[in-house]
Amino acid sequence: MINLEHVSKTFDTASGNVHAVKDVSLHIEPGEIFGIIGFSGAGKSTLVRCINLLERPTSGRVIVDGQDLLELNEKELRAVRKKIGMIFQHFNLMQSRTVAQNIAFPLKGSGLSKAEIAQKIDSLLELVDLKDKANAYPSQLSGGQKQRVAIARAMANDPKVLLCDEATSALDPQTTQSILKLLKEVNERMGITIVLITHEMAVIKDVCHKVAVMENGCVVETGEIVEVFTHTKHQVTKNFIETTSSVSRIHELMAQDSPICRLKAGEVLVQLKYDANNASEALISKISRDYQVDTNIIFGNIEVIRHTPIGDLIVIFSGSKEGIDQAVECLKTNHVSVEVLKQ
Amino acid sequence: MMTWIEQNLPHIYIILPELPESILQTLQMIFIPGVISFVFGIFFGVILIVTRKGGILQNKLVFSILDKVINLLRAVPFVILMSLLDPVSRAVMGTTIGVDGAYIALIIGTVPFFARQIESVLAEVNFGLIEASQSMGASPREIIFRVYLHESIPGITRATTITIISLIGLTAIAGAIGAGGLGDMAIRYGYNRHQIDVTYVTVFLILIIISIIQGIGDYIIKKTTH
Repeated sequence: MINLEHVSKTFDTASGNVHAVKDVSLHIEPGEIFGIIGFSGAGKSTLVRCINLLERPTSGRVIVDGQDLLELNEKELRAVRKKIGMIFQHFNLMQSRTVAQNIAFPLKGSGLSKAEIAQKIDSLLELVDLKDKANAYPSQLSGGQKQRVAIARAMANDPKVLLCDEATSALDPQTTQSILKLLKEVNERMGITIVLITHEMAVIKDVCHKVAVMENGCVVETGEIVEVFTHTKHQVTKNFIETTSSVSRIHELMAQDSPICRLKAGEVLVQLKYDANNASEALISKISRDYQVDTNIIFGNIEVIRHTPIGDLIVIFSGSKEGIDQAVECLKTNHVSVEVLKQ
Repeated sequence: MMTWIEQNLPHIYIILPELPESILQTLQMIFIPGVISFVFGIFFGVILIVTRKGGILQNKLVFSILDKVINLLRAVPFVILMSLLDPVSRAVMGTTIGVDGAYIALIIGTVPFFARQIESVLAEVNFGLIEASQSMGASPREIIFRVYLHESIPGITRATTITIISLIGLTAIAGAIGAGGLGDMAIRYGYNRHQIDVTYVTVFLILIIISIIQGIGDYIIKKTTH
């Protein structure tokens, strides 16, 4: 649906050239929810603006739905933009218009009759669950409601693509969840391709099928979400994943010599990482039965991402030296990664 | 009533027959240049906003020419502007005196002031809105009318009120050099002949006009701010 080929964007500023996006190539399939994550300044907002040419790339090609957007004239580009909805961090609703008028904004000149427009607004309001707010002004709405209006407005021309620029970053966690749920619904019900920019790994984890991680204008890692979570390649990605899990705290606790990680003789502190391939097996019971190794789970983090449970456990093994070694071997053969933290 | 005026405002009593005409002249000098300046001021204010750096129709040449012309015109004191514009007035209006002779100067004195205010009002429109409407496929013309101007109605109203009130000030200066109206009356009788009651009455009448304009402005702002 969207093909970015060697897209670069350089801004000329007073203090020299800023390379916001450097040679990025991405392929986004129809019907996919594609996440782009990066810290602020990583170039993700610029990149998403290159998809509808709010920013014209300095070089490269932008192909949306088979059309090379850089070859279109202004008028053709405007027509294409109507099929690429966009929502923003700060909603960008017009204060002088009611909810219904905001949603009707992009429908002017669409050739629809007044009655058709009214019907369209009605169904969009129903979609975003704001039927009772049709005549309210944006200033009377909460942040989450404003973003719902923005989504309805972005959907007015039945777009094939929806670009979300930090759409949940200004919202509280609960509202974020409800907006993400709505985006998922829109994606599943209407098959809209969604490109979602965020700095929160939790958002990516909740809704995305694929993810690209950006740093300093480059995409450093990209792939299926489960793959990226279980076989993380790049340090930036690891940092992001750590933000969603409590497991990294073990290093802190060890440094502080916390009582929970003090070991008795014969005990070993280990971190176990497992994914879909082994989560369903009763490995901990197995090692306790076969090697007489007791497992004390200190803490852990287990997630279900795209119907795949993946997780980390921090555990203390106690048993004979031999038994523990065999247990570790057994886990490794079952593709659980074992890292001994302290002996 | 008439006896009261005769006793307390003796000079006004004498020029009473001239008063309606003066009020009418002042209203003419507010209304006609006001409407024309409104149109041109918004036009040039919009041009400034869309052609400036980062604007939707960025154009360095147009922006810098317009920007400098406005600065130049705003730098010239109105009294001097009036005499400078005499030839223009003669060419366009056929006269340099009376109400007709003042129109050109009032317009040229008001448009740059108003255009600058419109520029700053439109600059308040969040660029996110412009970006959002571009993402919805809006054309520059649509963005100007349906976003910039539509979103700025309260601000434009405020700028209009301020401008009309400053225009009333200009009509008094124009009056001083032969244009007529209440300002002219205040200077000719009140100032030159020390008929202080004429000054009081004309100031009072101008105050009423300003209050009405301010009241209308405030009402529109209240109705259009959401």
